[in-house]
Amino acid sequence: MNPVGWLLALVQALLYIALAPLLAGWVRKVKARLQNRRGASLWQPYQDLYKLFAKEARMAHTASILFRAAPYIVFVATWLAAAAVPLLTSDLATAAIADVIVIAGLLALARFFLALAGMDVGTAFGGMGASREMFVSALAEPAMLMAVFTLAMTAHSTNLSAVVDYQLAGANLLRPSYVFALAGLLLVAIAETGRIPVDNPTTHLELTMIHEAMILEYSGRHLALMEWAAQLKLLLYGVLIANVFFPWGIARDVGAGALGLALVVLLGKLMLLGVVLAVSETVLAKMRLFRAPAFLNLALLLALLGLLSYVILEVGA
Amino acid sequence: MTMSFSLQLAGGAVVLALLSALVSFFTAGARRFMAMPLFALAGLVALVAGAGALIAGGVATAELPLGLPWLPWQVRLDALSGFFLCVVGVVSFAVGLYAPGYLRGFEHGNDSLRALGGFTGLFLAGMLLVILADDAFMFMVAWELMSLSSYFLVVWHHDHAANRRAAFLYLLMAHVGGLSILLGYGVLASFGGGFTFEAMRGAELSFTWASVAFVLAFVGFGMKAGLVPLHVWLPEAHPVAPSHISALMSGVMLKVAVYGFIRFVFDLVGDVHWQWGVAVLIIGSVSALMGVLYALMQHDLKRLLAYHSVENIGIIFIGLGLALLFLAEGHTVIGTVAFVAALYHTINHALFKGLLFLGAGAILHSANERDLEKMGGLLRRMPWTGLFFLIGCISISALPPFNGFVSEWLTFQAALQAWQLDSGVLRSIVPIVAAVLALTGALAAACFVKVYGVAFLGQARSRAVRRARPVPLSMRVGQGILALLCLLLGVLPTAFIDLFNTVPQQLLGHGLRQATAHGWLWLTPISAQTASYGAPLVAISLFAVLVLGLWLFGRGIRRVRLCDAWDCGFAPPGSSMQYTASAFAQPIRRVFGLLFHMDDGVEPQEDGRLRHRLQVGDRSWDLFYTPVARTVERASRQVVRLQSGNIRIYLGWTLGTLLVLLWLMV
Repeated sequence: MNPVGWLLALVQALLYIALAPLLAGWVRKVKARLQNRRGASLWQPYQDLYKLFAKEARMAHTASILFRAAPYIVFVATWLAAAAVPLLTSDLATAAIADVIVIAGLLALARFFLALAGMDVGTAFGGMGASREMFVSALAEPAMLMAVFTLAMTAHSTNLSAVVDYQLAGANLLRPSYVFALAGLLLVAIAETGRIPVDNPTTHLELTMIHEAMILEYSGRHLALMEWAAQLKLLLYGVLIANVFFPWGIARDVGAGALGLALVVLLGKLMLLGVVLAVSETVLAKMRLFRAPAFLNLALLLALLGLLSYVILEVGA
Repeated sequence: MTMSFSLQLAGGAVVLALLSALVSFFTAGARRFMAMPLFALAGLVALVAGAGALIAGGVATAELPLGLPWLPWQVRLDALSGFFLCVVGVVSFAVGLYAPGYLRGFEHGNDSLRALGGFTGLFLAGMLLVILADDAFMFMVAWELMSLSSYFLVVWHHDHAANRRAAFLYLLMAHVGGLSILLGYGVLASFGGGFTFEAMRGAELSFTWASVAFVLAFVGFGMKAGLVPLHVWLPEAHPVAPSHISALMSGVMLKVAVYGFIRFVFDLVGDVHWQWGVAVLIIGSVSALMGVLYALMQHDLKRLLAYHSVENIGIIFIGLGLALLFLAEGHTVIGTVAFVAALYHTINHALFKGLLFLGAGAILHSANERDLEKMGGLLRRMPWTGLFFLIGCISISALPPFNGFVSEWLTFQAALQAWQLDSGVLRSIVPIVAAVLALTGALAAACFVKVYGVAFLGQARSRAVRRARPVPLSMRVGQGILALLCLLLGVLPTAFIDLFNTVPQQLLGHGLRQATAHGWLWLTPISAQTASYGAPLVAISLFAVLVLGLWLFGRGIRRVRLCDAWDCGFAPPGSSMQYTASAFAQPIRRVFGLLFHMDDGVEPQEDGRLRHRLQVGDRSWDLFYTPVARTVERASRQVVRLQSGNIRIYLGWTLGTLLVLLWLMV
């Protein structure tokens, strides 16, 4: 592979961490407008991160070394996963390093350390958050894998670049398997990024927290990294849905024009997804924890149906 | 290193293992402590012999002056045996290093260290001989040596009736399984005209008879390997043995059963059918899922690990099932990928399960505790064990960049080629199996967050755990070797797959050259377009970015101020306010409640305090064993009718039987 490709991959990876807070800010803004509030500025998440990085980090006496290492591991693992999802061009060098199963594995690694960090201080809320997170993800992860397997099997490759290329080469996007997989992946994305109705990122009620309960004990730069990783994960799922299911606009050659256009189109797609997320979060209420399995089983069922309808209906057809 | 030299080395390993047993049985005092170093040496020699066989890639045979007059024991070393010699050798080596420190804790107990060391040596010799055997007679003798010596190891703490009961259950199931294997060999021997494996390979079997042999072997080896529903001895027997023995049994002995299955089905029968693949896939998936769900419900650390062995054996059999399916349908390349995935998971499971059992032994050694609900904060007390145990947890949860992920990735890659199958039914079974595998992996991660979070993080929940001391150096070295190998197999899969490649080459006539064709950085099991995984690059970038991040943001490593936990401003949390292992698993217990036999309730005690009672039982007892036992009892009641007590009727039966036999034979 050429050095330009690797450079481009690096730029895309940096773009991910640069854009992640923006998407979070956008969703918050749209939500605020839907609730007849003016809402904070789009740049507020950046300011929050800046503030947290400048602040002193505090840690409980009972915390171990793992508590301090976890934010870095969580952030890096999430970032590496994101770096393998095509952002601007489908010709992504890093996609060969980490295919879609590795992406799921890296996200699982981040979650593993996030949950361990929640249990490290030995508070009741941390344990509760870790338990619920692992419970939700245990049901969501197979659904996610099944949804992306549908794509991978259709494109005969688990490499996301190849999948996007296959889509662009004129695959029929209205086949049943795709519709099922998209529906499944949307539900999984909501659960995995801790949004309503599974979790609530803005909750202040201790007993309903999942993600927030795990990072309750964090402060300063540690908290900043954890928040940033969560925003990255939201962006990752957004890009995964936007670029893999609706790949139009993604650059296929490495020219400034094509890349610029790709960036504009991508931002448009993400804004649209952000609006969808904000609307759904506004009209839906958070579910009880034990309603979540029904939600996630639906996701798994949809994704599995997608895969089955591919192998039964579409192979050879 | 030539094959015959490797075979001699393997023989040397057996001799060393026997020598370690003899030293332990028949010497006293200081010299007895030579037993464990000899054991480690036997493991090392077996490892070298196995690696030599894998590199040389030929076949070596020999005849031993033992056995029956007309059937001297045949031994044979090929790539498959070599691979399993490596699996047995590497874990035995680590256990041999670990054991001296661990056994010091038993010196003042009532139980005889002499017997423990002696049977450990015999156990290793038995396993090595099973792998080297080239005729059914020697195989069965070695198999029984392995089963019986491990029975004595399980029953070693024989003061508790529960331990004796567990050991008896193990003995019973080992023998039912052994009988089934014997019958399977019987079928092959009668068609092949001899008890040597050479003769059996030449047997011409019809589909029916081949299937009979397959089912007998599947039941027999599956019982030893711990497939659901034949797994019930495993969570009983593994926890009661001393921990280094649990590591051997779970890490290695189950693999010997996998070896037996592969040897029997892929080598001796040879001609595989897709129906077998489906059967293996279904049983494997059920084992994987039930294993991990039951593991989540346990709070005895060693029992939990034993249930995870059921899960991982299930994953290995999913790989083997996919291999059978694809090979039978003529897709050799994909079948080979699945086969290599199963082999890779075999050695992975040996490494991380050995590591985890040694870690559990370290906790037992320094805190005398097996119950997760009483642990906590051990990472601060035993940092090295904590680090190694964490590596074991990450590996078994199939997270990159460790070894468990590689084998799971390979299995998924094979499953994703399901679209190439011709039959729609088969095409749709494979994705469902993949979904089960994904669910299993996610649940395993949940389980090991529970284990590590409750045992090593937080605060100690009992006084003994609060005062735990780091374990001696030898025990740390034993764990460290396995942890390092977990990392190496995760980061350099191409190197190891290149090494294992001779196994499918010899057995299936097809290697996996394309998997490593793009250099050591890229693992491409089918083709570079289909899938690639740059494991070293993932590991390097994880590490590099971590270091960079620590350098950027962690300048103030000293700038972290310690304070009380925040916990939403409630009172400072005490150790009893932490989430327990049972509480952690509660959501999953509730969602999968139908699969468990649950006894859950609150009962008042004498002193007026309330106590929560929770017992989660294995449903295979009431769904499988009770009906089987009832049927056997009913059948035996029918047989009782024959026993009238009148000798003339007995003589009549004898005469009748004789006549029927004469009629059949002549």
